[in-house]
Amino acid sequence: MEKFTLTLKSVPAESLRTALCGVVSSGNLEVLVEHHGVEDACEIEVSTSAHGFRDIWEAVLNDFAREHKAGGLRLSINDAGATPAVVSLRLSQAFEIAGAP
Amino acid sequence: MSYFEASARTRILGLVDAGTFQEFCPPEMRQTSPHLARLDAPLSFDDGVAVGRARLSGHRILIAAQEGRFNGGSVGEVHGAKIRGLLDRAMTERPSAVLLLIDSGGVRLHEANAGLIAISEIMRALLRIQAAGIPAFALVGGASGAFGGMGIVTRLCNEVIMSEQGRLSLSGPEVIETVKGVEEFDSKDRALVWRVTGGKLRRAQGEATRLVEDSIPAFRAAAKELMESHFLHPLAEKSLHDLLEDQERLSERSIEFSDARDGQAVWDARLSDSSRVPEIDCEEFNRRLLAK
Repeated sequence: MEKFTLTLKSVPAESLRTALCGVVSSGNLEVLVEHHGVEDACEIEVSTSAHGFRDIWEAVLNDFAREHKAGGLRLSINDAGATPAVVSLRLSQAFEIAGAP
Repeated sequence: MSYFEASARTRILGLVDAGTFQEFCPPEMRQTSPHLARLDAPLSFDDGVAVGRARLSGHRILIAAQEGRFNGGSVGEVHGAKIRGLLDRAMTERPSAVLLLIDSGGVRLHEANAGLIAISEIMRALLRIQAAGIPAFALVGGASGAFGGMGIVTRLCNEVIMSEQGRLSLSGPEVIETVKGVEEFDSKDRALVWRVTGGKLRRAQGEATRLVEDSIPAFRAAAKELMESHFLHPLAEKSLHDLLEDQERLSERSIEFSDARDGQAVWDARLSDSSRVPEIDCEEFNRRLLAK
């Protein structure tokens, strides 16, 4: 497994609850959304079975942090070789579920 | 919504009363598998099973749902401990029923003995709650079916609710083919696999106590109805006489179908009309079963 953690600037989130989205199966991933202390930063912890794609992860995760109000959130990802499009989709879904009333 | 296509968590949320599910050992506790970590394999925050308490039609239940898409819903040490812990909890919480949403190929082979021990602990805990008068229901309608140790666990339950898509057996089709050869069982022949292990066959044999359409509301309705029938007829300890009768019935069945090579033979014997069985809906199937 390749593991790394990124801390990215992001607009502070409106109230969000803990949420889990997705399943760890081939070509898929799960995203766990939780709170963490720093209000204007999003911490993303990635654990992936596909080695050597950190550049692409950083591009996808930077897009997510820019496009969503994800400040103050910790996202933990267990990945089993999802494509960048699937990663983007799951991140958005997880964010949506976490924000649902 | 399709039960087959839903994730374990979606199934729970669709089955129980809105807003009543309280999860034990939730994903944020990160109770992940130490064995998969040692093998450097992908982990899941819930180790492939969600467990908790909820209400179904107002009645208190405990519920576990296996995620069939994470390592085939296989039972590892942590996964098994969560189910076993839920069953132990039933002894103190005394719910109206324990629902096991089974979607599993059986023991997680990466975890070998730890997984086997976990399954045997689940079986023992299951027998214990039943002896205490708490009924257990197995719901089988996911892609991984109910195989191996979880096939046995399913058959230990008081009620087995299946959809046609659900499968129930001990050795899975690929296992039989690997061990006995393709002449014995062709695991690529999907129609054959479903005729031999699918919900319609298991219902005709009486192993499944309900056959429902592949929808979460249909599973919910069957679970509610069965729970209410258990209120009217609480579990009673089986006498030696009852057990011997069960044994005799099973022996007769194994002789009756000893030459059967396909599910069709069972449908021929158990349904009033056994034509085009794979194509008919549940309502028609249940009608033909009752008519015999």
